[in-house]
Amino acid sequence: MIVAIENGRLIDPKQQRDEVTSIYLQDGKVVAIGQPPAGEITQRIDATGLVVTPGLIDMAAHVREPGYTQKGTISSESAAAVAGGITTLLTPPTTSPVVDNPAVAELIVDRAQATGLANVLPMGALTKGLEGEQLAPMHALHRSGCVAFTNARAAIPSSLTLMRCLEYASTHDFLVIFQPQDAQLAANGCMHDDTTCTRLGLAGIPETAETIEVARCLLLVEQTDVRAHFGQLSCERSVRMVMDARNRGLNVTADVAIHHLLLSDENVDGFNSMFHVIPPLRGQLDRAGLRHALLNDGIQAICSDHQPHDPAAKQAPFAATEPGISGLETLLPLGLLLVEQELITLPQLVEKLTAGPANILGLAAGSLAVGEVADLCIFDPEAQWEVLPETLRSTGKNTPFLGMTLKGRVTSTWVAGREVYQLNA
Amino acid sequence: MFEPQDPNRIQLNSNGQLKHFITTEGLSKALLTEILDTADSFIDMSEQQVKKVPLLRGKTVVNLFFEASTRTLSTFELAAKRLSADVLNLNISTSSTSKGETLKDTLQTLEAMHSDMFVVRHSDSGAQHFIAQHVSPDVAVINAGDGRHAHPTQAMLDMMTIRRHKGAFEPLVVAIVGDILHSRVARSQIHALRTLGAAEVRLIAPKTLLPRHIEMLGVKVYTDMNEGLKDCDVVMMLRLQKERMKSALLPSESEFYRLYGLTEEKLKLAKPDAVVMHPGPINRGVEIESSVADGPRSLILDQVTNGIAVRMAVMSMAMSGQVAEKNNRMEAAQ
Repeated sequence: MIVAIENGRLIDPKQQRDEVTSIYLQDGKVVAIGQPPAGEITQRIDATGLVVTPGLIDMAAHVREPGYTQKGTISSESAAAVAGGITTLLTPPTTSPVVDNPAVAELIVDRAQATGLANVLPMGALTKGLEGEQLAPMHALHRSGCVAFTNARAAIPSSLTLMRCLEYASTHDFLVIFQPQDAQLAANGCMHDDTTCTRLGLAGIPETAETIEVARCLLLVEQTDVRAHFGQLSCERSVRMVMDARNRGLNVTADVAIHHLLLSDENVDGFNSMFHVIPPLRGQLDRAGLRHALLNDGIQAICSDHQPHDPAAKQAPFAATEPGISGLETLLPLGLLLVEQELITLPQLVEKLTAGPANILGLAAGSLAVGEVADLCIFDPEAQWEVLPETLRSTGKNTPFLGMTLKGRVTSTWVAGREVYQLNA
Repeated sequence: MFEPQDPNRIQLNSNGQLKHFITTEGLSKALLTEILDTADSFIDMSEQQVKKVPLLRGKTVVNLFFEASTRTLSTFELAAKRLSADVLNLNISTSSTSKGETLKDTLQTLEAMHSDMFVVRHSDSGAQHFIAQHVSPDVAVINAGDGRHAHPTQAMLDMMTIRRHKGAFEPLVVAIVGDILHSRVARSQIHALRTLGAAEVRLIAPKTLLPRHIEMLGVKVYTDMNEGLKDCDVVMMLRLQKERMKSALLPSESEFYRLYGLTEEKLKLAKPDAVVMHPGPINRGVEIESSVADGPRSLILDQVTNGIAVRMAVMSMAMSGQVAEKNNRMEAAQ
């Protein structure tokens, strides 16, 4: 059984490869590039005009199961992921029950395996119930499949408790992920605190709600020597603080959600709840700063921060709606928009969606070198499609891009050498 | 990648007439003046023996109040009755909506009663935007206050009061004093005053009660009341909620009164013929001295009278905007 994917533009940033060639898969692995291996080719895929990349890795995507299955399930959201070319995704512990005991982690891993589409990797809770008081059993959670630990957006109130969480994670060399937000400064807020917020009379969330927590976490990361990652940063200043820390030798990285690279607080004008996200869409200067950080390695990964919702969650006055954008299926086409805007090159984009996150997580994925696991994304960079409730596989149709025509569509997705998605199939 | 929103798109019909009244922001000077002129015509009427006109005869107006109110609710009720409408008052405390019925469900229930107009007060900014987007096309929505966002009928009755006492807006220096941060009244006043051409709009408040970058709305910000009141023609006071002390926005009522309360002494800094306004209800001795509130320069009771006329004006204008829009639709369908 050898699969040949022929004459596509193979982009593999980890190997610094960008050329039109053929790639051969066998037994779930990449077995050859360019020259066919010995043996009979049983399936040929013509990838002429298409781009072939490692399967995308999404640093943050809520699958909502267990607990919120009206918003999404492991099965529905994995289907959405592979339709977006994503073969591996990290899912936060904010399920119900929270991922603070091995049984919940195992449930997620088992359901994902039974679904057999994307690799769904749970993040474990840093503290029990995400309550910020007692340590969660990180080692046991790790054994059950948790690849990183986070307290999600619930900042741990006691700096002493936070320090102990980091020391314990550092003991076992676990990665800690921060979604930094000061609870009091962000309390009741629903958008970036600036002119638009003032005009609309909504409660604001200042930049300091993020930067103060980033500063506190960075100082404790330095003291505890833990591996740390900062997820979905929204402020230019936060990115600079993390970058300065890295330049001082700290083991820290950062990602940004795709919508923070494209939208700003002005989009909230008109009270459209589809633009209600946390962290909030910031001002144009912050957006410019985040975009610039893609070029100077201030940001190592771009994620979807996928948060599917049932329709009722978004049908209320702005502040009363639930924050979040359903983003798995638009991650790649919106990323291609950054390429079209000539902000970054296509290989640079692919790097932020594959090797970048793989390096952060220490995963054996994100590359298509010979011998690597055959997780692939094949897409037509020119194909246009309309974002509509019926074209999205996710249960969540909550995206501000609804009704827009986007360029770039995944034609086929492979996980461990098996085709898990085919457009029009 | 997204076009900027035109704030008027939601409240004007295709002829440019009012069909909802959600905010003063973005409305033209001509339209704001039309509201004031229409309201003036109703003032004369209220002095006559028969106080009713048949402009809304056969129409059903629902006052939908998700937040407690006495003054605004009763003036809206009176305004609707003087326009000969049938009126239904619904006080829906937020606790009953939190029992499970969503705002959308509430709306659908009321629509089934064939209402023609919703007058809505809600604690969430943008609630009336949401309602205007989700009600059936012929129903007019009048904003009676949403969160911290807008209270356009209050602002227009203030404009009417100013115009009746001062005439043209162009030479006027107007100061708005107090809790700007939480005030939907202040935001609507600022937009209306700017559009109507007031020479200067000043805000006077401590930094804890000022929203971020409010100067972007074309106002001058003063933290010192003595400086801010200098040579003002109009002083508009805002109500201070008692809860502000608890949330560390202010140290005490007495300190606020000493620094930002309007006293006879401070009022001397304004022009000799300056007038004083307040949207009510007043906290005597917190934001305003009793002798000022009851004094000859206070227009507080005029504001209430004008409130009925302004509400009659916007209700009748929005209703005719809805009728015109419906006619346009029917013509287009033929």
